[in-house]
Amino acid sequence: MSWEVVIGLEVHCQLNTDTKAFCGCSTEFGAEPNTQTCPVCLGMPGQLPVLNTVAVDKTILTGLAINAHINLESKFDRKNYFYPDLPKGYQISQFAVPIVEGGYIDIPTKDGGEKRLGVTRIHMEEDAGKSMHEGLDAVSHIDLNRSGVPLMEIVSEPDMRSADEAIAYLKQLHQLIRFLGVSGADMEKGQFRCDANVSVRRPGEPFGTRTEMKNMNSFRFIKQAIEFEVLRQIEIIEDGGEVVQESRLWDSVKCESRSMRSKEEAHDYRYFPEPDLPPLRVSQQEVDAIRAGMPELPGQLRKRFEIEYGLSSYDADVLTQTLESAAWYESLVAAHPADPKRCANWMANDLLGRLKEAGKELSESPVSAAHLAGLLDRIADNTISGKMAKDVFEAMMESGDDADTIIEAKGLKQVSDSGAIDAIIHEVMAANPDQVAGYRAGKDKLMGFFVGQVMKASRGKANPGMVNQRLNELLKG
Amino acid sequence: MPYSSLSDIQSRLNSGETTAVKVAQLYLDRIAAFNDTLNAFVHIDPAHVLAQAEASDKYRAKHDARPLEGLPIAVKDIFCTQDGPTQCCSNILKDFHAPYDAEVITKLKEAGAVLVGKTNMDEFAMGSSTETSAFGVCRNPWDTNCIPGGSSGGSAAAVAAALTPAALGTDTGGSIRQPAALTGITGLKPTYGRVSRRGIIAFASSLDQAGPMTRTVKDSAMITAAISGHDPRDATSVADAPAVDWLAACESRDMKGLKIGKPKEYFVDGMDAEVRASVEAALKKCEELGAEIIDISLPNTEHAVAAYYVIAPSEASANLSRYDGVRFGHRCENPEDLLDMYTRSRDEGFGSEVKRRILTGAFALSSGYYDAYYLKAQQVRTLIQQDFIQAFEQVDIIATPTSPIPAFRLGEKTDDPLTMYLSDIFTIAVNLAGLPGLSQPCGFANNLPVGLQWIGPAWREDTVLSAAAAYEGATDWATRSPAAFGGES
Ligand SMILES: [Zn+2]
Repeated sequence: MSWEVVIGLEVHCQLNTDTKAFCGCSTEFGAEPNTQTCPVCLGMPGQLPVLNTVAVDKTILTGLAINAHINLESKFDRKNYFYPDLPKGYQISQFAVPIVEGGYIDIPTKDGGEKRLGVTRIHMEEDAGKSMHEGLDAVSHIDLNRSGVPLMEIVSEPDMRSADEAIAYLKQLHQLIRFLGVSGADMEKGQFRCDANVSVRRPGEPFGTRTEMKNMNSFRFIKQAIEFEVLRQIEIIEDGGEVVQESRLWDSVKCESRSMRSKEEAHDYRYFPEPDLPPLRVSQQEVDAIRAGMPELPGQLRKRFEIEYGLSSYDADVLTQTLESAAWYESLVAAHPADPKRCANWMANDLLGRLKEAGKELSESPVSAAHLAGLLDRIADNTISGKMAKDVFEAMMESGDDADTIIEAKGLKQVSDSGAIDAIIHEVMAANPDQVAGYRAGKDKLMGFFVGQVMKASRGKANPGMVNQRLNELLKG
Repeated sequence: MPYSSLSDIQSRLNSGETTAVKVAQLYLDRIAAFNDTLNAFVHIDPAHVLAQAEASDKYRAKHDARPLEGLPIAVKDIFCTQDGPTQCCSNILKDFHAPYDAEVITKLKEAGAVLVGKTNMDEFAMGSSTETSAFGVCRNPWDTNCIPGGSSGGSAAAVAAALTPAALGTDTGGSIRQPAALTGITGLKPTYGRVSRRGIIAFASSLDQAGPMTRTVKDSAMITAAISGHDPRDATSVADAPAVDWLAACESRDMKGLKIGKPKEYFVDGMDAEVRASVEAALKKCEELGAEIIDISLPNTEHAVAAYYVIAPSEASANLSRYDGVRFGHRCENPEDLLDMYTRSRDEGFGSEVKRRILTGAFALSSGYYDAYYLKAQQVRTLIQQDFIQAFEQVDIIATPTSPIPAFRLGEKTDDPLTMYLSDIFTIAVNLAGLPGLSQPCGFANNLPVGLQWIGPAWREDTVLSAAAAYEGATDWATRSPAAFGGES
């Protein structure tokens, strides 16, 4: 009998506010340890939190983007536990009444359809600091720069049935968050981290005991970790054992997970309402204003690109991966409106491909949308052939010059003058009398030979359409 | 002179009869003479006090005097001050120096006050007798074998013995009003949200409120006027609090037509007979002054102490988590590992009452008990708030005894925390409801002061002050001072 995998995800996403959740300290990444702290985020006696409303707006925006319900009154709670990088001995979070409840994310399925995955809630909370052990002999140091940085915790329903679905969900969410501009979601900087709750069961049976894979920040590791955990659990059960509810850490070097703490040590967080913060109230008008300012979301953009520009769903998907790429494409089409599909091909295959090879972002592209449009114009008006255009594009990537400058400098201008083409054809026919005779005797396949000779003689500059047409006429004699 | 009120000193300063330096020196001399006996102050820096007074005199010479110009005010050791240590009378904060002033300290400084020093208190404000202080017990100037009340006992004793004309305290379940009553002075707990809590070391965040401890009602009004107001850096400080004309409230001493509620639950069997007699007499006096006494009921009063001793320790258990030896305060020697550092630092740093409340709070919040204790207590709190709202539909103000008994003897209740907790039985409900409350002297029981408590509707400190000022003007209790400290009682 087969096994069914059940996965639920908790994503911690750092909101890209200028200041922390409850104080005025900077949230900038990479500063010297403990330079971005104040008595509030250090948990000093008598200091009180004041809520950053920008973080509230960004959380509401995210909630609206996943079609969730916004609670006009939500509450903050204290989550109590001791850890050296948690200055107050509690984390301010939302437990009983989060600001966002319900909602969903649709992921594409292999058969071309969509699967809807539920989002239970999004709540706001503050980050803890960072303990540093590496390179320190038997001591630990604490960096509290991150302490108090605002986070959204996005909790899914246990709706994923494979590691692939989990990754698809995470990628959609990651893309959405970047589109909304609420987080840099840079996974290497820990701005988008994931805990995965994994269990297995026989189809139709109740949920099995789950384990929690903690704090992963790479799609590849998350996939590996889930797959590893699924196999581990199946093996335990098939061997007659029982899965223990616990938190586990993924070791990406050894490619295995290990237990963090067992159920016996499970924390009782003793949640209770944060008495230092009044209930968080937002008005329907404020929510409506945030909704009105919502940018076009990836799904909408993708569909619009397919309809408006006649793109394949694959191209539309590639071009809407980020807001920047969608905007880049639209400015390319604006500059070369004649052929949106050619625009898409060149951008998706040539430009993005070359940038990826070079490890560059679109924003660092040496070729601007206007320059690429210029190149496409020269293909359309037959100044150069599509084949030559590839060389011109390479030169543009090297130099950053525009297409006309390069075509001029390299003398690549296509020969479309029928007199000049006729002259070359006559030369070729004179040099190959046997083949001419053969063609005239009915060997049609020799046409390819003549085209090749003419193009060679013109060093590739002859307009291929005209070469074909004139050869047809002249060879017949 | 040493028994002058703040307003008396102020008029002498204004007339040029004395200077802030002379006033400061006078009180410093009294502290030097009497503090060994009382242990009311735990930190004094005479040079710094005189420097502030000197600066104030200079300021006065150049500008108009500010509202508290040159007036000495002591503060409970719970207020963070950049000058000197802030220790909350706990070993876990021994020698802690805050790098910031509490908002009320900033406001006192801006009003021109001279900060005299830090007064003794129950450790982390947990206690009703100032016996849990890590820096030794404080004594009642009326009988040094007795406690001064708590937790602001140091501030109360200091004002009662005129070691300072005024002091700040904090009141979580009665910690301003109960010691004020037990030492024969006036203490005001403003409406929750009226005064910023920022920079006040938190005990129970939803209940704590700072307020004045003074010799007269007007002095309390002067100080509250200076320390109240919205603080954008305290989210529980109320931005649009109804304004009060503090001094005008004290001037309107007319009690005619005032409807005073007398809750039957506050005049119960078991309370000290002389306390009861004093308060009854005070109410009679109010009637003579034209007030109408109306019998009322606050039916949920009996549950207040139980609710309080769940809510306050719950919040405290979280508020005190930060004292873990990691970043500041006491850390144990040579910890073996992290857990050892936490447990030993906290074991060594906290006294037994604080530990008792942390444990109580942690238990009340733990899963499986939360609904039965914390949630239930919050429901009781709502009922108590409703009791008051209903009562204030009938009456303008409520009058009760502040404490069921006068000051008890040192050590008498230290082994019995539950009876100690009952000391706050008449003050706690006011904190649960967030209302303004004032205690003022109204007689003696067993030769020890008795307090009369006024409870007003939310934001109606003006009603409270004008009733208290009227009563004060018609009696002489506020002028009594303990003989042993140069008084003439
Ligand atoms: Zn900060």
